[in-house]
Amino acid sequence: MSATSSKAPVEPLKSRAPKQRSASRPVVYTLLSLGLLVMSAPFLWMGLSAFKTQSELSASPPVWIPTEWTLENFRQLLDKLDLPLYFMNSVIVAVLVTVSNLVFCSMLGYALAKLNFVGRNKIFGLVLGALMVPGNLMLLPLFVLMSKLQLIDSYAGLVLPFAAGAFGVFLMRQFMQSIPDELLEAARMDGASEWYIFWRIVMPLVKPALATLSIFTFLGSWNNFVWPLIATNDPDKYTLPVALATFATDPNKAGGSNGMLMAGAFLIVLPVLVVFIALQRHFTQGIATAGMK
Amino acid sequence: MSTTTEKARGPRKAGAAPSPAAGGSRGRKPSMGVQNAAGWLFSTPFLVLFTVFMAFPILATLVMSFTDFGLRNVTRPWEAEFIGFENYVNLFGDEKFLKSLFNTGYFVVIGVPLTIGIGLVVAVLLNNGIDRARTFFRVGFYAPVVTTIVAVAVVWRFVLDPSDGLIAGLFSEVGWTAPDFLGSETLAMPSLIVMAVWRNVGTVMVLFIAGLQAIPTEVREAAKLDGASVWQEFRSITIPLLRPTVLYATVITTIGYLNVFEEPFVMTQGGPSDSTLTVSLNMYREGFNFFHMGYASAMAYVLFVVIMGITVLQLRLLKDNTK
Repeated sequence: MSATSSKAPVEPLKSRAPKQRSASRPVVYTLLSLGLLVMSAPFLWMGLSAFKTQSELSASPPVWIPTEWTLENFRQLLDKLDLPLYFMNSVIVAVLVTVSNLVFCSMLGYALAKLNFVGRNKIFGLVLGALMVPGNLMLLPLFVLMSKLQLIDSYAGLVLPFAAGAFGVFLMRQFMQSIPDELLEAARMDGASEWYIFWRIVMPLVKPALATLSIFTFLGSWNNFVWPLIATNDPDKYTLPVALATFATDPNKAGGSNGMLMAGAFLIVLPVLVVFIALQRHFTQGIATAGMK
Repeated sequence: MSTTTEKARGPRKAGAAPSPAAGGSRGRKPSMGVQNAAGWLFSTPFLVLFTVFMAFPILATLVMSFTDFGLRNVTRPWEAEFIGFENYVNLFGDEKFLKSLFNTGYFVVIGVPLTIGIGLVVAVLLNNGIDRARTFFRVGFYAPVVTTIVAVAVVWRFVLDPSDGLIAGLFSEVGWTAPDFLGSETLAMPSLIVMAVWRNVGTVMVLFIAGLQAIPTEVREAAKLDGASVWQEFRSITIPLLRPTVLYATVITTIGYLNVFEEPFVMTQGGPSDSTLTVSLNMYREGFNFFHMGYASAMAYVLFVVIMGITVLQLRLLKDNTK
């Protein structure tokens, strides 16, 4: 194709492309806004209902926005449910799980990414395999094991099964592989120990990955439900989701009081949403990294 | 020195990656011995936890599935009796289990395509012509993913409440009466699916955005210069190049949905008439409410085999189409 002959047909095409885009832009915005409205509707409904009076909650047709905002639902809920205690339980478990994951997953991630040792490929295969095994497969013997170890209703029982996850190892390995080998070789030449290299050179370099991993692990633990449900019988050791679920599914307790339940959901969901919005970049980065092996 | 160690380890190290510093024999390059020791030291904490809290339970579930493991065996596991394949045989004559298997399949077959499809549409919309507001929309669509599922399920129970819920309100605005979504055998499962799609679309969207951004702009530009319409560009460029992402998103969504537990546990407790009883919920009940742990273990393994089978099938089907 010569320059002269191609010039004529290309011109109109080039000018058509951006026009097409700008024409469809309102459509795109409309569709996305509608979608966003659907996505946020349950949150809005929760946030508004938590502040409604009893009569407005059960009004038919429903009241959309409370006319007089009340904290009565929160007061009643806190009377019936020791939320500060469950909040602390959730925080303690999530912090312990996160710290141990950061340390142990980084250690193995470093070994898999940067150390040449016999059995490395086998361990990596193990990690990949562990990623695929559903958690349900472990619940029953894990409960028996924890009963035997007398760790039911203890923080250790809640933390240990999640103290090091395959996802974390995978994530850390991916990030650590991008560190140049020359840097580590230079440190080794200078007589640095492997631990020093790992702790003082590699770890500071992968701070963004550590941030991503902490957010994911903390939230995973915060939102975890099945294992805490199984591993706790004593209501004093319930985590927030277990306490809320027990409250919500027991007709004698919540008694169909949607106001209290919305207040409870509001108190559990709000901190998560705030943290997420503040740190949203790390979330999407983590998902994308895990997806692009 | 380094030659002798390498010789000594030669046959064992055959499959491993090449030594990084083969050229620089001077200086204090660590011997393979040091790297071996360090590698294992760094691996040990994970491997110990993995063995005790994952590998052992996975094997124990398998062993338990061939026994009549019950409540008394929680304190005396060794007294459980081997009964061969009895649990497995019983499962396939157990109407409740077959129903839970069907319900789980229903959830996956409807839920996965919806999640993938909507996630893809949102990602494509976000990737076309939206620049400034992209973060805003992305945050909005991803928010349900990070929220505590139990709390969200409680909220959805109220959203779907036929007398004073959000949907009932919308219905009454146009003069209709809302059905009792969660109390109806035909509508309960679709309601749970809608909630699951709402919650998981964000994950898929993020994966697709990453996939779309990995497509070189030159390819799209070239298609435009050739006069491809938006739809043609989408069909013959975006979709084929996005195939690995579609595969990954489909596999993880399917695995997640096959394990569905929290939604029916909190919203319907498996009802009405077991119409939302999933395999995971069934297993939980058999294991921890009735303490039929041997039976529940067999259930867990059937589910595991189903998951593995479907995953392998998906990998094969979607990979073969690449050509």
